[in-house]
Amino acid sequence: MKPSVGTPIDRIDAVKKVTGRATYAADTEVTKVAHAVIATSPIGKGTIAALDIDAVRKQPGVLAVITHANAPHVTLKKQGNGPNERVLQLLQDAEVHYNDQPIAVVVADTLERAQHAASMLAPRFKTAGVLATLEQGLGSAHKPNGMVHGEPDSSRGSFDVGIAAAKHVVDATYTTPNENHNPMEPHATIAVWNGGDHVTLYDSTQGIFGVRQRIAEIFAIPKANVRVIDQFVGGGFGCKGTPWSHVALCALAAKVVNRPVKLAVTRPQMFSLVGHRPHTVQHVRLGADPTGKLLATEHAVTSETSMFDEFVEPSALQTRMLYACPNLITSHRLVGVDAPTPTFMRAPGESSGTFAIESAMDELAYLVGIDPIELRLRNYADKDEQENKPFSSKSLRQCYEQAAAKFGWSKRSPKPRSMRDGHELVGYGMATATYPANQWPASARATWRPDGTYLVQSGTQDLGTGTYTVMTQIAADELGVTTDKVTFELGDTAFPEAPVSGGSTTASSVGPAVKAACALLKLKVAAMTPADKAAGQPVTAEAASEVSPQRKQFSLHSFGADFVEVRVDEQLGQIRIARVVAAFATGKILNPKTANNQFVGGIVWGIGMALQEHTVRDRRTGRVVTRDLADYHVPVNADIPAIDVISIDEVDPHVNALGTKGIGEIGITGVTAAIANAVYHATGTRVRDLPITLDKVLV
Amino acid sequence: MNAFEYIRPLDEAEALRALAEPDTAALAGGTTLVDLMRLDVMQPKRVVDLGGLKLDAIDVKPGAITIGALASNTAVADHPEIKARFPALAEAIDAGASGQIRNMASVGGNLLQRTRCSYFRDTASPCNKREPGSGCAAIDGYNRMHAVIGGSRDCIAVHPSDMCVALMALDAVVHVKSASGGERVMPFVDLHTLPDDKPHIESTLTPGELITSIELRDSGFAKTSRYVKVRDRASFAFALASAAVGLEVAGGTINAARVALGGVATKPWREHAVEAQLVGKRASKDAFAGAAALALRGAEPRPDNAFKIALAKRVIARALELAGGLS
Repeated sequence: MKPSVGTPIDRIDAVKKVTGRATYAADTEVTKVAHAVIATSPIGKGTIAALDIDAVRKQPGVLAVITHANAPHVTLKKQGNGPNERVLQLLQDAEVHYNDQPIAVVVADTLERAQHAASMLAPRFKTAGVLATLEQGLGSAHKPNGMVHGEPDSSRGSFDVGIAAAKHVVDATYTTPNENHNPMEPHATIAVWNGGDHVTLYDSTQGIFGVRQRIAEIFAIPKANVRVIDQFVGGGFGCKGTPWSHVALCALAAKVVNRPVKLAVTRPQMFSLVGHRPHTVQHVRLGADPTGKLLATEHAVTSETSMFDEFVEPSALQTRMLYACPNLITSHRLVGVDAPTPTFMRAPGESSGTFAIESAMDELAYLVGIDPIELRLRNYADKDEQENKPFSSKSLRQCYEQAAAKFGWSKRSPKPRSMRDGHELVGYGMATATYPANQWPASARATWRPDGTYLVQSGTQDLGTGTYTVMTQIAADELGVTTDKVTFELGDTAFPEAPVSGGSTTASSVGPAVKAACALLKLKVAAMTPADKAAGQPVTAEAASEVSPQRKQFSLHSFGADFVEVRVDEQLGQIRIARVVAAFATGKILNPKTANNQFVGGIVWGIGMALQEHTVRDRRTGRVVTRDLADYHVPVNADIPAIDVISIDEVDPHVNALGTKGIGEIGITGVTAAIANAVYHATGTRVRDLPITLDKVLV
Repeated sequence: MNAFEYIRPLDEAEALRALAEPDTAALAGGTTLVDLMRLDVMQPKRVVDLGGLKLDAIDVKPGAITIGALASNTAVADHPEIKARFPALAEAIDAGASGQIRNMASVGGNLLQRTRCSYFRDTASPCNKREPGSGCAAIDGYNRMHAVIGGSRDCIAVHPSDMCVALMALDAVVHVKSASGGERVMPFVDLHTLPDDKPHIESTLTPGELITSIELRDSGFAKTSRYVKVRDRASFAFALASAAVGLEVAGGTINAARVALGGVATKPWREHAVEAQLVGKRASKDAFAGAAALALRGAEPRPDNAFKIALAKRVIARALELAGGLS
């Protein structure tokens, strides 16, 4: 039978989604559900002095007003030190650490009554001064305790010797602002207690097992007593990667009112309750010999975190392996501010980090006087010089060649402001894209049913990425049947455990587990006699996939190249992206259609990150000013041109049993730098601070 | 949102009587009112839904077009006579909001659209417009989108409408009725007020008065009129600066000019000095740029929005080039 993997089949869940039959967390019908609303702090730092609880309680329909004065005690302390845990604000004390922090939960019989009652809270505070932004605290930067991957600092060779010998030096600081994920579906939870120690949560999350773990810890009940269900997610992008305060507050409220409770995070609350991409200040120094060969590289990153927890935006990681360079230092530092804790946001580290390093490479190309692609080829890394390991596969050269050819890069006149069309200046820019190919342990279960169909289950998630679809394809191929014979189920902690869907790991982690479970089941089914089959009993096989052991011998990364044409109105400064051509080499592509969707989605976000996205915090109060989608801009259709993606299929036997490297994150990386480089080429103005709004190019 | 009384009168007299009651808001398309009620920014005790009134006619006559206050933005922008005789109005409406919002939004409502100042829309922030006497968070806060002209010590919120900028340049006339049986007609320029020390008062309408229609009179400058809007994204964004202009040119000489600005001022902003400079000049890019340079005299920029001054002048120049057929 012709394999399904590698073919562009339609999404399995598409019809459900477009006909409204996909049940998202808040859509789940639960009888007698009450509605909880989180009231948040209007101040940035201080202590709650008074709340008008009586006024709230008197409102019609109110079932409970939960504040620090009456909230049941829960376990706040993080049990582990894992990266997926956050310090939560669960009404356990009167302290306010950031603006829009939860200060009360109001539960009522309808949402409108809960909202109205919550507006009567009239909180008063003893306020303290706020350190609202990274710039205000740059003097107090400190070294982080740790990072999810790698160490905060790295060094090879001697940077000082290298930079001293350099003919050409780039020394520049790049900044990226705070940004918020804003998936279309805001976070929502429904909590249903069964007795005092069993709870079921319908939760919009990227990691049901992480939610199970944390809720069990907070309420001091066994993990097995917590069931988390999450069949559809309307986008996650990192802000649903870890359970935040609202999940536990929903469970807490349901316990207090002794009935099921639904809690949906509002759009303004999406800017404070569920993490953000932190503001970064990135200092880059590049030194090169007269031919452009890198002699020294420094990438020093300072990013914001909260005063009470640590999150590091690992923006310098890619710099350690991206180019050949004998003398290289990188560092990550943190500044605590009176703000919520940041978190992973699409391609955390690489999206902000490639803006800095790939802008700096463009600046170097102008200094040396060579084409930016040529500069990158002269510094092409044939191995990972930091790890001193070969790459498991790397097709970056092909990415440059194929994308440049399709884009028509050879028509570029190198001098800035040398291309124009009417009152528009035309600019071409390019940059390298990259993201690590990670893998985590996962497990899956496959069941043969007497009617000849198969049920495959894993406790993974589909964030809109296509998990349902590609897992069905993998299972069908392994079982030797067509995809219509396979049903794949996910999003339930009753299924075998799978990791958080983040870091471009779902296909690479869950895929091998599905493949293994199906292989095992196939053997079992093959061993069945006709009598066994006629007995009408289903047969099940379960398998776990471990992280591929040979990965240790290699450096494992995806690579790509982005080419962008911008048009800038010379008088009015308006910047528009005219076209994008990108090439990515990300191992085996399971489904070209869902893959293209991921790549294009990432590039669209890269356009938004380059030109628009900016969470603005008031300097005096730490309160987010851009608190809705009218003030926080993301691209509209009219901003997005034709996006042409070339996918270069790679055979990589080392990454995992499927040869997939993951595709969710790499699409956004490199795009901001390609756009900044194109804007420089068009206008002669180098913008080193995102977003590149028109006021920054008005001359 | 607070509980409120909802009334849907079916004739004008009843509507006017209802609107004369205190704490009453008129509901037309709802694109501002409903939004602000959900945010607790507006908390009327009574809402009078005007949807039952027949005020949506677009009456085309030689020499003038009268637009009913309840005509949808889409109906106006798509009307072939308006496109032909008052192109800046169609362009301005099309440059605002989204298709869905324009389908709902009414012309009368658009005239009284409330500001998009983020502090006005967030009840946790002080705002003299929302809560007189509480202070202005924008003056020393984040004010990139705010006014560079027409502001006061109490308010620098921008008037957000695109449509109003075109009406200002087109010398529109506003028809108003009230419960006392009175009917009055005012030039568009008299409708909006500056914030001064009363930013919560935004127009010269008295409580209970209802805008019933807008009248546009044909002219040479109306026929050539154009609208140019500069914003942070290609669609669905408020103006950083916009201009509606019209030129009447005979034999290469400008006989009449109209210039109005949006996105930079606390109300739709007429630039008489620029107009005066243009009249009598030969229509040329240099003449346009020279006249545009006179705009925004007396502007008070703030660190986040100073760029708007130079930008607005260039927007005027571009719009004049389009109106004059030079771009």
